[in-house]
Amino acid sequence: MARGFKHVLNSSDLQPGDLQLEAEGVSLAFGGVQALADVSLDVRQSEIRAIIGPNGAGKTSFLNCVSGLYHPQHGRIRYFNGDEHEVTSLRPHQIARLGIARSFQNIELFKHMTVLDNLMLGRHVHLKANVFTGGLFWGRAQREEVAHRHFIEDVIDLLEIEAIRKQPVGTLSYGLQKRVELGRALALQPSLLVLDEPMAGMNMEEKEDIARFILDINEEHGVTIIIIEHDMGVVMDISDRIAVLDFGSKIADGTPGEIQRDEAVIRAYLGSVAREG
Amino acid sequence: MGETFPQLLLERARELGEHTALREKDYGIWQSVTWDEYLQHVRDFSLGLISLGLTPEDTVAIIGDNRPEWIYAELAAQVAGAKSIGIYQDGVVSEIVYIITHARVKFIVVEDQEQVDKILEMWDDIDGVEKVIYYDPKGLRNYTEPFLMFFPEVEKLGQEYGEAHPGLFEELVARGRADDVAVLSTTSGTTGQPKLAMITHRNLISMGRHLLEVDPLETDDRFVSFLPLAWIGEQMMSFACSLQQGFALHFPEEPETALANIREIAPQSMFSPPRIWEDLVSQVMVKMEDSTWLKRAVYQWAMDVGYRMADVRFRKEEPDFALRLQYWLADWTVFQTIKDHLGLRHIKRAYTGGAALGPDVFRFFHALGVNLKQIYGQTEASGISVLHRDGDIKFQTVGTPVPGTEIRIADSGEILLKSEAVFKGYFSNHEATEEALVDGWLRSGDAGYFDEDGHLIVIDRAKDVMTLHDGTKFSPQFIENKLKFSPYVQEAVVFGGDWPYVTAMINIDMENTGKWAENNQLAYTTYTDLAQKPEVYDLVRDHVLSANEDLPEAARIRRFLLLHKELDADDAELTRTRKVRRRFVAQRYDHIISALYSQNDAIDVETTISYQDGRTANIKTQLKIETLNGG
Repeated sequence: MARGFKHVLNSSDLQPGDLQLEAEGVSLAFGGVQALADVSLDVRQSEIRAIIGPNGAGKTSFLNCVSGLYHPQHGRIRYFNGDEHEVTSLRPHQIARLGIARSFQNIELFKHMTVLDNLMLGRHVHLKANVFTGGLFWGRAQREEVAHRHFIEDVIDLLEIEAIRKQPVGTLSYGLQKRVELGRALALQPSLLVLDEPMAGMNMEEKEDIARFILDINEEHGVTIIIIEHDMGVVMDISDRIAVLDFGSKIADGTPGEIQRDEAVIRAYLGSVAREG
Repeated sequence: MGETFPQLLLERARELGEHTALREKDYGIWQSVTWDEYLQHVRDFSLGLISLGLTPEDTVAIIGDNRPEWIYAELAAQVAGAKSIGIYQDGVVSEIVYIITHARVKFIVVEDQEQVDKILEMWDDIDGVEKVIYYDPKGLRNYTEPFLMFFPEVEKLGQEYGEAHPGLFEELVARGRADDVAVLSTTSGTTGQPKLAMITHRNLISMGRHLLEVDPLETDDRFVSFLPLAWIGEQMMSFACSLQQGFALHFPEEPETALANIREIAPQSMFSPPRIWEDLVSQVMVKMEDSTWLKRAVYQWAMDVGYRMADVRFRKEEPDFALRLQYWLADWTVFQTIKDHLGLRHIKRAYTGGAALGPDVFRFFHALGVNLKQIYGQTEASGISVLHRDGDIKFQTVGTPVPGTEIRIADSGEILLKSEAVFKGYFSNHEATEEALVDGWLRSGDAGYFDEDGHLIVIDRAKDVMTLHDGTKFSPQFIENKLKFSPYVQEAVVFGGDWPYVTAMINIDMENTGKWAENNQLAYTTYTDLAQKPEVYDLVRDHVLSANEDLPEAARIRRFLLLHKELDADDAELTRTRKVRRRFVAQRYDHIISALYSQNDAIDVETTISYQDGRTANIKTQLKIETLNGG
């Protein structure tokens, strides 16, 4: 019995530490609201890159620019995987094909489909069968399906969801649904994994589980991860570098140690507490 | 006929070579290992351990879920003339340290990162351990400790060693003797630290042979190995019986998927402690309660027929034609489906052992047509000494002794056993050995007697039998099992020995009671909260009252309460095989018990509970005490 993983869940061909994503002067406005103002940041291969900031700081907007849901009015985002790709104005499915996978703040799964089907759906970009060969299923389409299922089983093993493989997603607890959502993003075999608050609304135990899975994905498979998270304890524990946004601008960038000591960050966080109080 | 496990393995591999010996669900698919491959793994791993310095004086500890590697590791140790010891993987650190140091363990074989982390945590306390070998590398890539090794690495060393020393493996296997210690088995020890029973090859093999004499299995039968391999019952089936008979073992994908995997495999034989059977009954009952009225009505009718049929068979009478016809119909419409869902469709024989199973659970399975039989035995007698024969089942008894086992009742009422399967003694614990073995007779510590048909009746642990206020002797376990038949009762502890009447502390079953609460629009937050709902008290009271109906006047429960926390092995309230450690519980809940015998109808409690990771928390609450009228 072979143990361990049979596939590498990471599809990037860069060396750890290479520049993987670079945003330069990204600005985004909705009418009069400036969501992002001249944000520049880089992401390097195989790191866990956290983006933090108070509510409304522009974190999710930034991720939406990266994954192509929004297109910034100024600035550009470049992605390196094999070649250099300008992703600033690409559509989401084109970006997904480059290997950027994301999970959402709210669960975006097909509730009536099983966990397995939801995960297989994540393989969709890699599927080569078309309506006709797929409709017949025999031959190539079948072989392809089996190969993808193999890959999915590695994801299932990694996330320890064997027991719920065939359950409809809608019947699962919130924590497990979030885990499946993470699995769906992994099924893409990403070169860059973008996680928008993967632990929101979880209890201590579920958070610890997810944090462990994120570390496994990163350390075991070398997948680069961009994560937005509000739980400072977790962020400080697992990230390699942290960028801090406040009112759409980047106010700090550095290692967890540097961020904890940063005057501007302390002011932004304490300030926001003072405003709310 | 081989006299040690490795010799048996060699025989089976010669005979069955390409047949499947082991199957494990991996990648969502059942993956097979043939007898040849099985032997190859054992050969490589044993030679690998020998090249790393394993000698016959050493012990190999194994911690992990049931996997082929677990099996290879045990046999590999035995090839070298050494012994193995299985350690329950949910054991707390202090317990594991105790076992490892006392068993003089040199190598530890573990499953994955979780266990490696646990071992690293205790590393400074476990002198003498030289290597820790893991077989699931997930998450262990960046571990640099020099004593960590990956299972295939050891196998590779073994291959090289085998090439350098041709014939060594066969020579070592041939050198094994029946009276060599095969395994050390931790006894659940209802008091204090576990004891390590030395079980020889002769013990296990003779017991397996006698069991197969009574209940033969076929080579192509299937068995699912899902209970801890550290437990003697699993040692018996997965090693002693499988190696003699050659039937294939099946390992579940994960512990959580065990019941689903059993359904897929539909085994011919199954051996579980009462808890599993009780859970299966609860599962059926709860599902039926969720069902439509029509299905419920059909189910009720079928169960009624089933119970009548079971009772006729228990009386060893012939069912009349009308009953046979009805049963056939009930079987066809209802029982087949239920059995299919439980994975019991092909079962030839199912066993329960380790503790007493309530008569109601027995009748339930026999009504379904599942041939469930009681086993009586203990670790020190390699698992089985007494069991029911097919067609001769009395659920108040544990059956008749297996061939080759002599049983005598001491003047004190204690059951004494003598057979080839009785163990050699406790490892480096002479005192305990002398206490347990008297002139070759094993003192079981249980009180019992033979009935008119030669069936052994086990009353209870001798020290647990209570004398009621009217002078009759009574087994608290009997009452507890009555209570536990309710799907809403997880665990019950009954008191009454030195008191004027009988009382009970009850644990509700969180899952089933929670579901019931949901269906009845009852909001709750935690276990403690749910347990103290008046509606839940009413629910449990009805079950206690119906249990009381079957009990003699003096044994009826007068007062009970629902505990605020589940009894837990981590708090030392249960043994690792989930038996209540009665004395410890009595001590720990002393104040609650006094309250049960006071005039008060509530009691304030404050307890510390310990979590899996060693953290502790305090719970403060008030428990209601329910008094039942008329007793």
